[in-house]
Amino acid sequence: MSNKPSKLKILTNGILNENPVLRLVLGTCPTLATSTMASNGIGMGLAATFVLLCSNIVISALRKVIPDQVRIPCYITVIAGFVSVVQMLVKAFVPALDSALGVYLPLIVVNCIILGRAEMFASKNGVFDSALDGIGMGIGFTITLTLMGTIREILGSGTWMSGLDGLFPFLPDGFAIQVLPESIDPFTIMTSAPGGFFVFGVMMAAATWLTTRPKKEKTSAPAETAEGGNA
Amino acid sequence: MGNKLIVTAAPHITSADSTQKIMQRVCIALLPTLVASVIIFGVNALILTVITVAACVIFEYLYCKLVGREVAIGDFSAVVTGLLLAFNLPSTLPWWMPIVGAFIAIVVVKQLFGGLGYNFANPAIVGRIAMAMGFAGAMSSYGFPQGVDATSAATPLSSAAQGIDYVTLLLGNHGGVLGETCAITLIIGGLYLIATKVISPTIPVTYLATVAVLSLIAGKDPIYQLLSGGLLLGAFFMATDYVTSPTTTKGKLVFGIGLGVITCAIRFLGRMNEGVSFAILLMNLVVPYIEVLTRQDRLGIAKVKKSKEGAAK
Repeated sequence: MSNKPSKLKILTNGILNENPVLRLVLGTCPTLATSTMASNGIGMGLAATFVLLCSNIVISALRKVIPDQVRIPCYITVIAGFVSVVQMLVKAFVPALDSALGVYLPLIVVNCIILGRAEMFASKNGVFDSALDGIGMGIGFTITLTLMGTIREILGSGTWMSGLDGLFPFLPDGFAIQVLPESIDPFTIMTSAPGGFFVFGVMMAAATWLTTRPKKEKTSAPAETAEGGNA
Repeated sequence: MGNKLIVTAAPHITSADSTQKIMQRVCIALLPTLVASVIIFGVNALILTVITVAACVIFEYLYCKLVGREVAIGDFSAVVTGLLLAFNLPSTLPWWMPIVGAFIAIVVVKQLFGGLGYNFANPAIVGRIAMAMGFAGAMSSYGFPQGVDATSAATPLSSAAQGIDYVTLLLGNHGGVLGETCAITLIIGGLYLIATKVISPTIPVTYLATVAVLSLIAGKDPIYQLLSGGLLLGAFFMATDYVTSPTTTKGKLVFGIGLGVITCAIRFLGRMNEGVSFAILLMNLVVPYIEVLTRQDRLGIAKVKKSKEGAAK
């Protein structure tokens, strides 16, 4: 990274180049746990993005005030405050998401992505840059979770975006897109832990290939790897 | 005097056995079981086997082509994987499901890790386990032999079916997956492999002996335990895979005993009927550690090493 990265680069950094889950390997626990369905992935991603954005702003604003020796407890306090806000909001307005995410919603407090960005970015950069970084990382996290959830849900349950009606009340009850015909038995291992690891590994390989491949030299090899897990 | 001293690097003893020849022998050893399964379960068994083998070979070919790796379907290893995977399927399975299993076995387990020789576990075993967990319903609806009107239970290992006699078990005329029911053909195939030195008897013998001893201790009929379930298929054909089993005799003993203990633990203490495939997968994963712990001392080095250890103490 150059000394003064552009605002756009800070924003897009989290989407692929430093994707928190696939490139920094942070927050893998909620990733594996909440990506069983695409709609859960969206919900978890948005909740984490909100916390990430707010905590990055506050921690960046307080970075000159917080003593270095006790910075971790201070960060955690700030993050915990915003997580409580999110939890109350989710419980009040989207109770379906609250029951789907269960314990992983309050556990955003200890999500490594948020603490990691506070430590790595917000404590060293200005408020605006930190906000951009929070949004970028949050988008990266949300995209990853949704993509993983999509693959796992389609293969493991045969549907897509089921449960989205809990997230967006204007959708009809029991909303789901049937992708695989119901006559085909879904490959249920994809919704359990081993399937999560399969998809995670393949997506990490794909992200590594996308970011580290030599420019303008197309090799089809790792691309097949990426498609591999989807089939 | 035309004699010259020719100095070459080790190894000096070469064998005429190629991977291809060894794999072909395994295929030959598996053929009687295939015939038996077709007789027992009908033509569906043959169709499933052909689909599985074809899918394995095609996936191997396509993946090698796509990544520009040397196409290795000529070595028959994909055929063996396909046969073993097919032998782990019930005859009632829908025809498209083995293709998913073949994909997992060949592409995910074997090729993603570097191809033959680099796979961390037996491809057919992982394919089978992934299918058993993914398609739990279809994979446990065991087929029943043709012409039998009523069979009491799915597999002789389930507790409701303890009454099957040894002859039925040997001939394989009972429920189960394609390649596990007929004990006689499996034993013939295993003996053929041992006779042609494709496999060493160490792993199957220790595995079977451990299961027999533990069955006796647990108060179960050891012969019944040996002949039922996938034990013989696993012991002769899957646990002896070169890539995923230890190389030294000491290591093979440890490997065989470990397999026996895990199998019996799952059979006697667990809720599942069968533990052979999980035993083989678990032991496959610890093979690197077994290899390190049972490494042979190099000739002439042992003494020096020991005295060094003594000095260190």
